[in-house]
Amino acid sequence: MSPTSTTLDTTTSVLGAPVPRREGREKVTGAARYAAEQHLPRRAHAWPVPATVARGRVTAVDTAAALALPGVLGVLTPYDAPRLGPSDDPTLQLLQDLRVPHRGWYVALAIADTLEQARAAADAVRVTYEAEPHDVTLREGHPGLYTPEQANGGYPAHREQGDPDAAFAAAPVRVDVVYSVPPLHNHAMEPHAATADWDAGSGHLTVYDSCQGTTVVRSVLAGLFELPEDRITVLSEHVGGGFGSKGTPRPHVVLAVMATRHCGRPVTLALPRQHMAAVVGHRAPTLHHVRLGARPDGTLTSLTHEVTTHTSQIREFVEQAAVPARVMYAAPDNRTTHRVTALDVPTPSWMRAPGETPGMYALESAMDELADALGMDPVELRVRNDAATEPDSGRPFSSRHLVECLRDGARRFGWPGRRPPRHEGPLLIGAGVAAATYPVYIAPAGARAHARPDGSYLVEVNATDIGTGARTVLSQIAADALGVPLDSVSVAIGNSSLPAGPVAGGSTGTASWGWAVHDACSALTDRLAGHHGPLPAAGLSASADTTQSAKQKSPYARHAFGAHFAEVQADTVTGEVRVRRLLGVFAAGHILNPRTARSQLVGGMVMGLGMALTEHSALDPAFGDFAERDLAAYHVPANADVPAIEAHWIDEHDKHLNPMGSKGIGEIGIVGTAAAIGNAVCQATGRRFRELPLTPDRVLAALEGEPTTAAGAAG
Amino acid sequence: MAHATDPPAPRPAHGGDPGPAPRTPQGTAAGQARSRVTLRVNGAPHDLDLDNRVTLLDALREHLDLTGAKKGCDHGQCGACTVLVDGRRANSCLLLTVALDGCEITTVEGLAAPDGALHPLQRSFIEHDAFQCGYCTPGQLCSAVGALREAAAGHPSHVTAAPALSASGPAVLTAEEISERLSGNLCRCGAYPAIVRAVAEAGTDTAATTTGADVIA
Ligand code: FES
Ligand code: FES
Repeated sequence: MSPTSTTLDTTTSVLGAPVPRREGREKVTGAARYAAEQHLPRRAHAWPVPATVARGRVTAVDTAAALALPGVLGVLTPYDAPRLGPSDDPTLQLLQDLRVPHRGWYVALAIADTLEQARAAADAVRVTYEAEPHDVTLREGHPGLYTPEQANGGYPAHREQGDPDAAFAAAPVRVDVVYSVPPLHNHAMEPHAATADWDAGSGHLTVYDSCQGTTVVRSVLAGLFELPEDRITVLSEHVGGGFGSKGTPRPHVVLAVMATRHCGRPVTLALPRQHMAAVVGHRAPTLHHVRLGARPDGTLTSLTHEVTTHTSQIREFVEQAAVPARVMYAAPDNRTTHRVTALDVPTPSWMRAPGETPGMYALESAMDELADALGMDPVELRVRNDAATEPDSGRPFSSRHLVECLRDGARRFGWPGRRPPRHEGPLLIGAGVAAATYPVYIAPAGARAHARPDGSYLVEVNATDIGTGARTVLSQIAADALGVPLDSVSVAIGNSSLPAGPVAGGSTGTASWGWAVHDACSALTDRLAGHHGPLPAAGLSASADTTQSAKQKSPYARHAFGAHFAEVQADTVTGEVRVRRLLGVFAAGHILNPRTARSQLVGGMVMGLGMALTEHSALDPAFGDFAERDLAAYHVPANADVPAIEAHWIDEHDKHLNPMGSKGIGEIGIVGTAAAIGNAVCQATGRRFRELPLTPDRVLAALEGEPTTAAGAAG
Repeated sequence: MAHATDPPAPRPAHGGDPGPAPRTPQGTAAGQARSRVTLRVNGAPHDLDLDNRVTLLDALREHLDLTGAKKGCDHGQCGACTVLVDGRRANSCLLLTVALDGCEITTVEGLAAPDGALHPLQRSFIEHDAFQCGYCTPGQLCSAVGALREAAAGHPSHVTAAPALSASGPAVLTAEEISERLSGNLCRCGAYPAIVRAVAEAGTDTAATTTGADVIA
């Protein structure tokens, strides 16, 4: 019997119930402990030393002054740090050679009895460099640009169908525009931290890590420190957010392990906020060239989306920003392509919906420009170009309710269509819309379900709850599959010795872990059904591993869709833009817990609001590092920036996903937000902005110039 | 990259000038200066012998094992470390413990009643799902207690309308007022709309300005 072949009957299920977070009490009382908060006996602290040149070589490290300070246990440098084994990720090869690939790259590590002593010791390390000229500025026409094989996610970098240039030239209505999105930082509230404890006696390494998945951290540490995996335990009971930046091991955990092995004591390393921009990954800046050709009725005939981005000198990471255009709209002649150049910059990586977020900002802004050029309602333009099959692959969608999201959202929002913007004193008020999409990914996972004689159940799966509510929704999936009350199920997660699970990333968590939990619990139900009499003292167990089912290629194109609506006000005196209302409607399969799902969707929209209005980082051409390195310079939205936000969804029944019928919801909330806000600002002001964020200086300068849209000129 | 507490970093010269030697305070070796401090934390007295560089946040987290107060930035930019000092909210990462001798500190661990009954704000945060990862939450809660006390005492905020400024009595906490007054507490998970709802609801309960620690003290 395959327990995975049918979709669960969800009508009477605990699945879909708004269950409160299981760890709520721990989090509101301060009892929840995060990675840096493990008070092990004799614990020491480590503080890394970042490079102060943007490119070059270390020529000397003088540790004498640091070592002379009280409490200092050691200073590791590239000259004497232990040699590491191999890793796929070169950013983890720390203190292994003298090369400095970017400013902020770690060149030494101080270890001391206390935090204060470790910080003082790090400050006292004197590093001498041989600096080389550096280049950190991404631009069109950069001589280093090349087309990679693949972009992030394993997508081919270049796709082309038909003759998009000829089709564009022949199109009666054309939009040919460029957009730019600056580097962005994840900045989860908990800085990356690890507490590592090497027990030389037993030869066991225990690591509390702030990460999105301990299975992968364990396997990478095993390679780097040449230890068998069964001698490493990685724990992540509570994680203070990640948004992609903790998806794979980052330098802090490698350095913490080096430190504990060096001094033979437990060591905590919590990254200073100011270091993070350089060492934990960032969303790479993207330049977008979008060309849309359409017939007068709005039907797209040609679509090209060309993305230019940067990566570092040590690792190729290509933000797959042109990929969503392969999913969204049917244009028979199309090209989607990426070019990248390796600069002397920190290594970019995942940030919430990599690819979709900047890509859909550009594509959905261009669609708005096309609607303008056509004199058409932007909602209707998107409906007109809805795709029956996935444009790039020709595969049927397992479900696609974009049109329903747009229609439902327009109704709920009170979409004003093409009505002119309003004025309130010095304020210009406008509304905007944008679509969203995010792929359905699934990864293999294992799980174990255990029935105890007292009637309670324990479900074990190496999931990580980074704030998504994973612990809660997995217990719902388990209770549902076992057909038992929620209260009788406890769930163990966040421990690498549990059955292996993938990272909390790519909006895959619930589907991947949940499938394994579902299968293990279904198998246990079968075992219990065949068991007569009281359970043995040890209870009964069943395991599952979804490697087979998760790896099966689906004949369907599987994506979540959504529609974002925004109302904004632009102040003609100050140039300040404020968002008055945000509303999103999503089609993301079966929503398993409306309470935690709403929080995730709203949270994504808040981050999208930041991207639209305040978040911005820049590489300083002279010094080569990010100028915005802390939360005073890099403006994430604060409470007063955020208006009432509504998240709704369409109850979607898609039986081509997983036994729960769910799609991921962690990322789609951010995807269309910035474009919807930008389009609203354009509607309000009659000025088109093509560079994020929409800060007062830019808005004011544009308001002083001529209107750029037909509507603006008419108004 | 340096951290902001550093003396201005010498501009790295090409060719490798290592810069000046680290500075040590006159007369004492760096890091040797210590002081005895007495704090009352969540109603309980603590005698501490601390390195003078220890912030209140690190005193709580590293020396008293009260890890509820969080370190999000260590620079007064995020509010995760918010606690109540003599009844008023403060960023504990910006306070040196040596300067707080005799102070009364309340942390998130001191909000619930001694019998474990949750504070009205804690209940309301759970009810409204006003957090995801929970890392900003202790700071939000302590900040909310402080904000409710300020409102009860009639303190205005940036968004308080002109007529209300001249009125005496407690400030009326609209959603806009709550957003404004809690804007020193960042939440990267974006729980703000739920936080505002949670504080609005708990704010109607007069017990929300009292903490469990007040009961003990
Ligand atoms: S840790 Fe104190 S304000 Fe951020
Ligand atoms: S709940 Fe995660 S930062 Fe606020």
